[in-house]
Amino acid sequence: MTDTTPTTRRRFLGGAAGLAAAGVTAARADNAKNLPPNVANWTRQLGEGVGVRAYGVPSKYEKDVVRRTVPWLTATPESSVSFTPLHQLDGIITPNGLCFERHHGGIAEIDPADYRLMLHGLVEKPLIFTLDELKRLPRVNKIYFLECAANSGMEWRGAQLNGCQYTHGMVHCVQYTGVSLKLLLEQAGLKPSAKWIMAEGGDAAAMNRSIPLGKAIDDCIVAYRMNGEMLRPEQGYPVRLVVPGWEGNVWVKWLRRIKVGDQPWFTREETSKYTDLLENGKARQFTFVMDAKSVITSPSPQAPVRQKGFNVISGLAWSGRGKVKRVDVSVDGGRNWRTARIDGPVFDKACVRFYYEFDWNGEELLLQSRAMDDAGYVQPSKDDLRKIRGVNSIYHNNGIQTWAVKPDGEVENVEVG
Amino acid sequence: MSRWASCVAAAVLFALAPSAHAQTKKEAARNYGIGRGISAEQIAGWDIDVRPDGQGAPPGRGSVKDGEKVYLDKCAACHGEFGESAGRWPQIAQGKGTLASHDPVKTVGSYFPYLSSVFDYIRRAMPFGDAESLSNDELYAVTAYVLSLNDIVDEKFVLSKDTWGNVKMPNQGGFYDDDREKTEKVFWKPNPCMRDCRGPVKITGHAQAVDVTPDEKLQKRGVE
Repeated sequence: MTDTTPTTRRRFLGGAAGLAAAGVTAARADNAKNLPPNVANWTRQLGEGVGVRAYGVPSKYEKDVVRRTVPWLTATPESSVSFTPLHQLDGIITPNGLCFERHHGGIAEIDPADYRLMLHGLVEKPLIFTLDELKRLPRVNKIYFLECAANSGMEWRGAQLNGCQYTHGMVHCVQYTGVSLKLLLEQAGLKPSAKWIMAEGGDAAAMNRSIPLGKAIDDCIVAYRMNGEMLRPEQGYPVRLVVPGWEGNVWVKWLRRIKVGDQPWFTREETSKYTDLLENGKARQFTFVMDAKSVITSPSPQAPVRQKGFNVISGLAWSGRGKVKRVDVSVDGGRNWRTARIDGPVFDKACVRFYYEFDWNGEELLLQSRAMDDAGYVQPSKDDLRKIRGVNSIYHNNGIQTWAVKPDGEVENVEVG
Repeated sequence: MSRWASCVAAAVLFALAPSAHAQTKKEAARNYGIGRGISAEQIAGWDIDVRPDGQGAPPGRGSVKDGEKVYLDKCAACHGEFGESAGRWPQIAQGKGTLASHDPVKTVGSYFPYLSSVFDYIRRAMPFGDAESLSNDELYAVTAYVLSLNDIVDEKFVLSKDTWGNVKMPNQGGFYDDDREKTEKVFWKPNPCMRDCRGPVKITGHAQAVDVTPDEKLQKRGVE
């Protein structure tokens, strides 16, 4: 009876499950053998023991929950972006492996033994820290969103990408553990002429950005952990800068150097890139703060409505100016609004989760959400943004998104006028 | 002083005002004795940033003529022989007069505000995949050549710390500090409209019509 040993059974079932998971349809079709009055296979036999999955990964049935890319966007994957699958997530915390990526010279793979952070410039005593030394200093834990300034950047001229993963997936929200940058700067001692810092990465782009000292000593963190574990290589292992509420580009990953100066550096990343070109040909610079923004993550083009009757709209909101105070939802393209229910914690400069429950009878809907923060800022319509900024600015598009729900439940990214 | 800079200066003044500074030193700023001193020589190996006024620029010099060789050898494959770009790599030349158009072309000549913005970037990140490999003379030379591709310097130009200040970037005045809190004040409103906020809504654009979304074999799920 060798064919009934757990091992053989498991192999057989694994194969069958593998087939079922090969197509989404098959995975979703139920199998009467596992349903009452029958007893499911996983009830009849032992499963894998502990230790087999030394570092756990999601169920094989969740294998389509992945970061995705838009290959035509960039010339090369080393300087490119992948997007968080917002439509497949809930709550406010993004799993580490699904946090969007934006690299300028690929993922630096840094041996923590060879990691050093240099702190110099207008300081009393230049210092260098090992990773262990950073870990010995007092720690802070904070949950913050991180949004790329170019999130929704492809949508300035109209609805383009059909999925909130692509239109809004350059945002994530995790808990960081690290040392307050203020404390680190105090160790070196600031000279009175200090006004700006420059943060620089150790990656193949040696990414560098200027940050005003006021922000640096307000709430920035030199972080080495995300959601409890060490940073992922894609997120700057072993150390990145956390700049709460500000555009992702200044959250320098693989942080190797902080220099203190008396003026900004006007680096390529803060001049040629990450400046907001307006209609008159002039550009705004140092537009650090990410304005309040929200998006309905489900339903959305990649997460169609599946049933008539009771439905839950789920969405994400955030603001770089403070706490999200309220989120409103419209089902008629912005004519009428109802206040959504925020569920879960509301932290400063972090994502919040909102829900709007409703009954759907198959009529066409134009879903929108609008976030408000405790600074009094209200997320604008895309047209209101364009009136001020034109369509050339690439960055900082926080306009209200519209999803059209069709009678068959399919959802499309549309532009409304 | 710009509004943004004055904001920052205010923050700094607040943080570093004599009393606050003294207090910081006496109380808050505990020295944990963690982190080690570092020599000037160690710093020099990583201290590669260059500011608009040329502070941080290394010794060395390079001519447009020498830069052409470096450029054709190490840059042209991606950026094009004349900086026009090969494929989707960044175009780095021309584009003058396009910034206010429907199709702005942002290049070293049309958009970069300072010589340092391009010099510092080449120094730290170029050639792509072979960063920090150029000698200082090559760095000066190839930067000079890129400037010449943009008609910012003539073909006899030699770039060095001595000539740094002679380079005038055409779009230096093209930027101003973030003014959203002033120019977008209309977005701060205590009581946004909740009912009958607009006239009839029409769909004016479809993402499906644009058809540039990557195919991920989305299942078509109809209403059950």
